[in-house]
Amino acid sequence: MKLTCPNCGTRSVEEFRYGEIPRVPDHITDPDARDLDRVFMKANAHGTTVEAWFHDFGCRRWFRLERDTRG
Amino acid sequence: MNEFIEAKVRLRWGEQKPSYDVVIIGGGGHGLATAYYLATRHGITNVAVLERGYIGSGNSGRNTTVIRANYGIPASVRFYQHSLDLYRQLETETDRWIMHAEKGILWMHHTEMGIRTERARAHMNQAFGADTHFLTRKEIGKLVPEIDLDGGGRYPVLGGSYHTQGATARHDRVVWSYAEGAMARGVDVLQRTTATGIRLDGDRVTGVETDRGFIACGTVMSATAGQTTTITDMVGLRMPIRTHPLQALVTNHYRQTFHPIVASAELAFYVSQTARGEMLMGAEWDRQPSYSYRSSLEFLRSCTAKAITILPFLADLKVLRQWTGVCDLTPDSSPVMGFTPVDGFLVSTGWGTWGFKAIPAGGEQMAELIATGRTPELIAPYSLDRFARDRILADAGSAGTQ
Ligand SMILES: Cc1cc2nc3c(=O)[nH]c(=O)nc-3n(C[C@H](O)[C@H](O)[C@H](O)COP(=O)(O)OP(=O)(O)OC[C@H]3O[C@@H](n4cnc5c(N)ncnc54)[C@H](O)[C@@H]3O)c2cc1C
Ligand SMILES: [Zn+2]
Repeated sequence: MKLTCPNCGTRSVEEFRYGEIPRVPDHITDPDARDLDRVFMKANAHGTTVEAWFHDFGCRRWFRLERDTRG
Repeated sequence: MNEFIEAKVRLRWGEQKPSYDVVIIGGGGHGLATAYYLATRHGITNVAVLERGYIGSGNSGRNTTVIRANYGIPASVRFYQHSLDLYRQLETETDRWIMHAEKGILWMHHTEMGIRTERARAHMNQAFGADTHFLTRKEIGKLVPEIDLDGGGRYPVLGGSYHTQGATARHDRVVWSYAEGAMARGVDVLQRTTATGIRLDGDRVTGVETDRGFIACGTVMSATAGQTTTITDMVGLRMPIRTHPLQALVTNHYRQTFHPIVASAELAFYVSQTARGEMLMGAEWDRQPSYSYRSSLEFLRSCTAKAITILPFLADLKVLRQWTGVCDLTPDSSPVMGFTPVDGFLVSTGWGTWGFKAIPAGGEQMAELIATGRTPELIAPYSLDRFARDRILADAGSAGTQ
């Protein structure tokens, strides 16, 4: 698998570190429940999602990437 | 499954009925073992197991079959040791050969820090019933002479632990044995049947929608591994599960002398020899969350590099096959079993990269929970509400990828 870094171009996934962007659903309103969700629960998107990736063996910067998890 | 095997294994395929007492989504080891124990231990046979492909087509038919109980926290050592014991009796119980072979598992370390942790873990495992001894570098050299004790100069073997009851078994035979035993007692296993929705009345389950029509039922259990959140999304349940691929590969055969399962902690690599003499190995899970079954060149390259570092003879073998499964990983590397906030909806998930060994105990305990309505003590620590109760079970180091 290859990822495209906006600074360095297209590189092997081995160069990168995955970073999750927690998204607590709006219908969860209780503050404790929101904290719990942010820390432990996952959207685990089955389809297109936006993620953060860190280019460990490259520019060493975070960037956002849209990706289809079924691909 | 081909006709020859069907003739040997007496699989009695069911027809979908309009209603059941219990519907299990997922015809992998966990779903089928739960059905088997519901039927054999509790006389509950009005049960359907829905499988979107064929039984064992998920991780239960793709894994490297390491069975062991050397985990990092007491609750898990107890649970996995019980499962290991059930595996040892499974051939007698089902009268089917699952090719169960006790080999022992060697768990090596290459750093001083690792050795210190491993020594403590070996004591802890021994104390809770998983027979484990600490081995020196010299003893490791004697046990597996093929190991390069200098680890290619970079990963010197400093010591490790030896878990004497580590074992392997033929994965699809395990699946078929449980399926056959459940079917013989009246359970309907429905292949090529996909759960597409779960019907609720308020917060209570009333049935499952499938691509072959609606099934009414009061109890639904999901045992769908990497697909778990596609099921829990149907009832609006948030789960601590992320899906990641895990790959494995197998080489052509090597003379039949490689006895124990060998794992390296710091390299996150392990290897065993199959009954056919092939060397079967695995390494880390893929870092990107994904539902894709595609195998990668990255894995092939890094896994073989690790293999050769520890076992130089592997460089002379050829890779025959490489494959992938998609795993249900939790933040604390422990499973999630039991009730959910949705009445009548249960899960057996979070088996990640290590749940094959858990199939007998997971199935047995979930069956008891469904039959009695109470959570058995052995699996109480693994409830979904542990995250809210601040009772997480951090066991990352020992869950490993096998
Ligand atoms: C490469 C690899 C190596 C591994 N090595 C080991 C090891 O050495 N030791 C160990 O203990 N564990 C290992 N594991 C982990 C182990 O394989 C799993 O934890 C275990 O098999 C999970 O069993 P299961 O029954 O929960 O899931 P699965 O066997 O994956 O079964 C789930 C089933 O659900 C079905 N399904 C999904 N969605 C639906 C739907 N909507 N409707 C109907 N059916 C559906 C799927 O088709 C699948 O057959 C490994 C895993 C992999 C991938
Ligand atoms: Zn970059």
